[in-house]
Amino acid sequence: MQNKTLKTILIIALTAVITVIAFILLMPVLGPRFMHPLMAGRMESMHGGSSAPSGLDYATERSTDNGAFQVSYASEDAIAINQIHTWTLHVETADGQPVENATITVDGGMPQHGHGLPTAPQVTEYLGDGDYLVEGMKFQMGGWWEVKFNITASDVTDTITFNLNLEG
Amino acid sequence: MSERSKLLAGLGLLIVLVAGGLGYIFTRPAWTDAELVTLKTLWIGSLPPLEPDPSNQYGDDPAAVEFGKQLFFDTRFSSNGEVACGTCHLPEKGFQDGLPLAQGVGTTNRRAMPIAGTAYSPWMFWDGRKDSQWAQALGPLESAVEHGGSRTFYAHLIAEHYRAEYEAVFGELPDLSDRSRFPEVAGPVADESARAAWEAMSPADRETVNQIYANMGKAIAAYERQIMPTASRFDVYVQAALENDTQTMNATLTDEEVEGLRLFIGPANCTRCHNGPLFTDNSFHNTGVPAVESLPEDTGRAQGAQGVLADEFNCLSPYSDAEPKECAELNFMVAEGEELERAFKAPSLRNVTSRAPFMHAGQFTTLQTVLNHYNSAPASLAGHNELEPLNLNETQLNAIVAFLHTLNSEIAAP
Repeated sequence: MQNKTLKTILIIALTAVITVIAFILLMPVLGPRFMHPLMAGRMESMHGGSSAPSGLDYATERSTDNGAFQVSYASEDAIAINQIHTWTLHVETADGQPVENATITVDGGMPQHGHGLPTAPQVTEYLGDGDYLVEGMKFQMGGWWEVKFNITASDVTDTITFNLNLEG
Repeated sequence: MSERSKLLAGLGLLIVLVAGGLGYIFTRPAWTDAELVTLKTLWIGSLPPLEPDPSNQYGDDPAAVEFGKQLFFDTRFSSNGEVACGTCHLPEKGFQDGLPLAQGVGTTNRRAMPIAGTAYSPWMFWDGRKDSQWAQALGPLESAVEHGGSRTFYAHLIAEHYRAEYEAVFGELPDLSDRSRFPEVAGPVADESARAAWEAMSPADRETVNQIYANMGKAIAAYERQIMPTASRFDVYVQAALENDTQTMNATLTDEEVEGLRLFIGPANCTRCHNGPLFTDNSFHNTGVPAVESLPEDTGRAQGAQGVLADEFNCLSPYSDAEPKECAELNFMVAEGEELERAFKAPSLRNVTSRAPFMHAGQFTTLQTVLNHYNSAPASLAGHNELEPLNLNETQLNAIVAFLHTLNSEIAAP
C-alpha cells in the first residue's frame, strides 16, 4: 500500500518535472505571446488590429447606395501594392442598360488608418458600352481599403463604396 | 499484469505523449499563413525586374552607365572643384554620408538620402520634388550649397573633358565655343550674375544647354539605376520559411531577431509604410518628426508636390522621353491637402542600421531614439501625425532594432 502511494507520488512528480521542462523548452519556439495571451489580444485591439471588421461586402459588382445604378469594377492586372494601375468601371441602370455620359469622381482610403488614397485617380475616358477607364489607382499597403465612386448621369447622382482587402 | 509493468506501461505512455507533443510543437510552422504572405512581400525575391524608365531612353545603355559613373565621382563639377555626387553619396557608406545635414560647398537643410533601390521610386528627395533619378541629379548640381555650379558651366566641362563619352551616347555635342552666346557661368540659380547671364541668352541657346544638362542627368541616372541592395540575412530566412526549412531558419536569425520581425509585421505597424521588398512604399508620411530649430520651416511633401509640378525636367517636360500617358504618377498625384503637411518620404530600411543619424534632418542619432519616437507618437507640429502610440516595452523595441540589423547587405553598384 505504502509502496503504491510512493509510486503514484513518483509519477505525479515525474509528470510535473516533464511538463515544466517541456514548457521551458517551448518558450523560445512560441515566444512571449504564448505566455501572455491576454496581453497579445489587448495589443491587437488597441492598434485597431490589421484585420478588417467582419461582415464587409467585398463584391466587385454592387448596386449604388440608392439603387440608381448597378456598378462593377475590374482591375487591369491583379492589384499589387505600390503599383499604379488602371481600373475599368462598368455602370448600368438598375434594369441593366449601359449608362453613357456619366460624370464620375473617385475617392477612397483606409478607414482604420484615417488616410485617403495615395494618388488622385480620375475617370479619363469613356470606353463604350457603359465602361469607364479609371486611371491612377494605387494602394500603398495591405489591409482594408474603400474606393468610392460618385456617379451622375441624366441628373441622377448616386454613390457606391467598394471594399477591398489587399494582401501584404 | 504486475504493478511494476503497469507502472512501466504508464510511464512509457507518458513519455510517448510528451515526446509526441514536443515533436508536434517543434515541427509546426513558426508563422501563420497570413504572416508568410506578408514575409514574402518583404522578401527581396519579390522585387520585380526593373522596368525601363520611359522618361530616360538612355537608362539601360552601358555606355551611359559608364559615363554617368564618371560624372558621379568627378569633383570638377562644382564651384570649388571639391564636390561630386559621390561626396555625399559615398559608396563605402551605402551611398550616403552619415551626417545629419549634407555638406556640399555649403550646408543643406536636409540629410543626404541613400540611393540603393531608388530606381523603383516614383519620387525623389524627402519631399518628392523630382519624379525621376535623372531629374533628381540635376537639382544638387545647381544648388548654391551643394555643387554650387550652373548649367552652362557644366556644359562647358562636358565639352572640355567628356566630348567622346557624351557623343557616344547622345550624339553630336553642339558647339558651345562662342562665350558671348554661352557664358562660362549661367543658369537659373540663386547667384544673381549667373541668373542674369542666363536670362540674357537666347531661348534657343538656353534650350541647347538644357538638353545637354538633361542628358548629364540621364547618364548619372543610368549609373544610379543599377545601385541595388542584395540579399540580406532576413531574405535567407524568408526563403527558408517559404520552403519550411526550419534548420536554416534557426541558423539564420536569433530568437530576438525573429521576435522583432514578428512585431515589425504585427503590433508595431511598421509595414504600414515600410512595406514591399525595399521596405518602403515610396510615399510621404507625417510621423510627427520634430523640426530642427536652426533650420527654416520645412513643410515636406506640401512644398515638394508643388515643386515637382513646376519642375522644368519632370516627366511631362520636353526633356523627358516619356509619352504624357506614361507619366501616371505625376498625372494622378495628390497635389494638396493636409495629409501632405510635414509628410516626408519613407526611406528603404535595407541597410538602415548603418545610416545614422536618422530622419530627414538627422534629428535622431540612434535607432532606439527613432523607435521611442514611434512608440510614443507625439503630435506633429503641423499637419497630423499618422501614427498612434504603440506602448511596446523596451525588450520589444530592442527586438525590433535587432531585427533591423538583419536587413544589412552588400550594395551592388556598377
